[in-house]
Amino acid sequence: MATAPPLTRKDFQSDQEIRWCPGCGDYAILKGLQTVLPELGIPREKIVVISGIGCSSRLPYYMETFGFHSIHGRAPAVATGLKLTRPDLDVWVITGDGDALSIGGNHLIHALRRNVGIKILLFNNRIYGLTKGQYSPTSELGKKTGSTPFGSLDAPFNPLALALGAGATFVARTVDIYQKHLVEVLRQAAAHQGSAFVEIYQNCNIFNDRAFAYMTDKDNRDEQAVYLEHGKPLIFGNERDKGLRLAGTELEVVELGTGGASEADCLVWDAHRSSPNLAWLLAQALPPRFPTPLGVLRSVETEPLEQAVIEQIERAIDRQGNGSLETLLHAGDTWTVS
Amino acid sequence: MSTDTSIKDPAAGTERAERPQARLSDVVIRFAGDSGDGMQLTGTQFTNTSALVGNDLSTLPDFPAEIRAPAGTLPGVSAFQVRIADYDIHTPGDAPDVLVAMNPAALKTNIGDLKRDGILIVNTNEFSKRNLVKAKYEHNPLEDGSLDGYRVYPVELTRLTREALADLELDNRSRDRCKNFFALGMCYWMFSRPLDNTIAWLEKKFAAKPILAEANVKALKAGYNYCDITGVFQNRYEVEPARLAPGLYRNINGNSALSLGLVAASRRSGLPLFLGSYPITPASTILHEMARYKNFGVTTFQAEDEIAAVCAAIGAAFGGSLGVTTTSGPGLALKSEAINLAVMTELPLVVCNIQRGGPSTGLPTKTEQADLLQALFGRNGESPLAVVAAASPSDCFDAAIEACRIALTHMVPVVLLSDGYLANGSEPWRVPAVEDLPDLRVEHASNPEGFAPYRRDPKTLARPWAIPGTPGLEHRIGGLEKEDVTGNVSYDPDNHQRMVELRAAKVARIADELPPLEVDGEPGGRLLVLGWGSTLGAITGAVNLARERGLQVSRLHLRHLNPLPNDLEEILGRFDRVLLPEMNTGQLALVLRGRYLVDVKTLSKVQGRPFTRGEILAEIESMLEA
Ligand code: SF4
Repeated sequence: MATAPPLTRKDFQSDQEIRWCPGCGDYAILKGLQTVLPELGIPREKIVVISGIGCSSRLPYYMETFGFHSIHGRAPAVATGLKLTRPDLDVWVITGDGDALSIGGNHLIHALRRNVGIKILLFNNRIYGLTKGQYSPTSELGKKTGSTPFGSLDAPFNPLALALGAGATFVARTVDIYQKHLVEVLRQAAAHQGSAFVEIYQNCNIFNDRAFAYMTDKDNRDEQAVYLEHGKPLIFGNERDKGLRLAGTELEVVELGTGGASEADCLVWDAHRSSPNLAWLLAQALPPRFPTPLGVLRSVETEPLEQAVIEQIERAIDRQGNGSLETLLHAGDTWTVS
Repeated sequence: MSTDTSIKDPAAGTERAERPQARLSDVVIRFAGDSGDGMQLTGTQFTNTSALVGNDLSTLPDFPAEIRAPAGTLPGVSAFQVRIADYDIHTPGDAPDVLVAMNPAALKTNIGDLKRDGILIVNTNEFSKRNLVKAKYEHNPLEDGSLDGYRVYPVELTRLTREALADLELDNRSRDRCKNFFALGMCYWMFSRPLDNTIAWLEKKFAAKPILAEANVKALKAGYNYCDITGVFQNRYEVEPARLAPGLYRNINGNSALSLGLVAASRRSGLPLFLGSYPITPASTILHEMARYKNFGVTTFQAEDEIAAVCAAIGAAFGGSLGVTTTSGPGLALKSEAINLAVMTELPLVVCNIQRGGPSTGLPTKTEQADLLQALFGRNGESPLAVVAAASPSDCFDAAIEACRIALTHMVPVVLLSDGYLANGSEPWRVPAVEDLPDLRVEHASNPEGFAPYRRDPKTLARPWAIPGTPGLEHRIGGLEKEDVTGNVSYDPDNHQRMVELRAAKVARIADELPPLEVDGEPGGRLLVLGWGSTLGAITGAVNLARERGLQVSRLHLRHLNPLPNDLEEILGRFDRVLLPEMNTGQLALVLRGRYLVDVKTLSKVQGRPFTRGEILAEIESMLEA
């Protein structure tokens, strides 16, 4: 039998017209996903993309896979039901900061704590786009929007810290326009067995343009971000002249070179530590004091829920035999009327 | 039934020592005590033993929402009513013939229901000053003459139980916890029941603590022997086995029957069952029971909330499983947006709503039928789905299968309405043969040739169930309006009109395959008593009583509430008047009036308790007199 030719990015493009605003960061993320999926060797019909509501949640329509555009905030719950019953499928959840962290916050944290084998991509643009520009749970304090004309008063969520707090086994951050980095992070998420949580900084050029410019502008790229690479020290800066060092139980930025610290003083990144403590420190590293960490903060494998569910069913069948409906209906105390 | 079968005192005027055995056709017993007194257990044991003796029976458990309300108080009273009979009965009885009251609070809350001349067994040890105050009694009812007119049997239940267990290494607290079995033993003696079934149950239940098994068995026997030796009762009674249709029977409550119906539907369809649920009274026991059926391939998922529970079931249905969620009224409200997603995506989904008293948190442990309009209309937009109702505890089995059948054949969400009374009430169930159950096999779409996710079956208008993993059928669904046939997102005005009509027509066509309705009694006439859901027993009982009194009255009960059966309108037209008892303020009546312009008279009861036959009978009589 001839093997089918390998799939390409084109094979994952549906015939639907894409309706995001021109210049929206969502395009780049779609492209990244359509780049990674063909590499996985999984047939298209085995891939399901499930979303909630919001700009990002339109993504399933543009994928030539199975797709489910569900309701606001509930995609992780829909995906959980699907993955528990169909562990053979590769299930991706597409969500945004409003969808995942406001209305769907409960489902997000529970999917992560259960370690269901689904990949959750959170497009964080720090704004409500589809409803025309209200502040979101990741908008910075004081943000002026349609619903906060005098500035927002409530403190934002830190998505990575939230995911780690929920016990997520895979936690990463990347940026829409860093295509290479994005693809690499998605690759690692795809390879993860349990729940994978990826926060993607996404520019909404209509309602919150340049939300991440502080780090994506050319001059700042290396100054404002630190790339987490497994086995490598955490060094950053245009001149690679700064590092992150552990000082007691805190992180600190150190100058490298003469008079300063050396590379050997810097934290060497290991995402596979079973303790989430260092990942937590990195998740809390926020500008302006720290460069924004990009890459995989945590990646540890524990048995995904769907596997445990199947094993429990198999054990029950081993022990009690495959259930007989006849026997079940006749169980308990019975009597005969003749 | 009414006067002819209430307990007469055949021993009156005879020598007490003879203690003749009087045959009774029908008797209602109520066990009432504090929540901690084990009344539900006691009642269940009496019920199970009576089932094995071959009686027909019907039960009405009634317990507080609090797990342990303060001991001895009025809100803490828990009761269990069981009616046993030697013929086919339909209700747990209007008023008890026998009341067992374990404390003053139980007496106070239940004595009003006891028949005049009824038997009252009362634990006198609990009638302390303190307990009388807790029960808000100013005088001791055992002494003030207020119980005249009942046949009162004061028994020192607590003391007698302690004495019976004196030689066991137990503290008095543990001894006291056996007094319900002493009372049960007395009732077993009075109604000539064997002890062995309860003894076997106790030995199994307390296998790990043999001393407790021994203590309870001892108390049971002591209660029995106490009656035998002291002759406290003038007589004992016999209720012969009922003449039921031949077959194998078991006693079953509604939630168990519903669970078995779901498993049966899973097996008969060949689809694995996924139950997404969140704990809520009175539905939780379905989740408990289904969680035990893993070896039937059942996956249960206790979700983080009601919404996740239904969404997970929808996800499972998308993947090709039989997706089910179970809940009660407040949970149904939370699920409504997700149910609408299933309406729009046209996926099969079964939503079991075990109704309780509302609104809001309402009366969690009490029964009501007030979610009908919520089930029919409680969602945004034009949102047709199928609604079916279970009519008796054992009928929950058939109703669950019917709900699954409709969901699977028509690609539509189905709300199955049960209620607290059915959930906890029990009755004998003639176990069906597996091969007599409907064949629910379904075919998932597999042919990419000409496939479109919303290309409908010309007969049912159901769309294909195309599940992930099928090559060539990749497609996207969602909550946005679909273009006819292709399923692509569409905001086209004409398309929206067409899709709204198609979804409605798809649900309406379910009625085309329903069997004709069966009117009990004359096909037309002066009065039809119409019902749906758990009022079946009380309506049937009342109509039978009315006929015994020479009244001409017919009866019709609905399983399908949406779509309504095609022949319903014509049947309603054959009667001068239609009486519709509902445990709400007239919800189905509102629908029928709107649809058929028919003058339906509502008999409403919203007290957290089912109708009695007497209440419906009185209305029938007054309507026919008028
Ligand atoms: S509103 Fe913002 S997030 Fe939404 S599509 Fe337009 S640019 Fe993208």
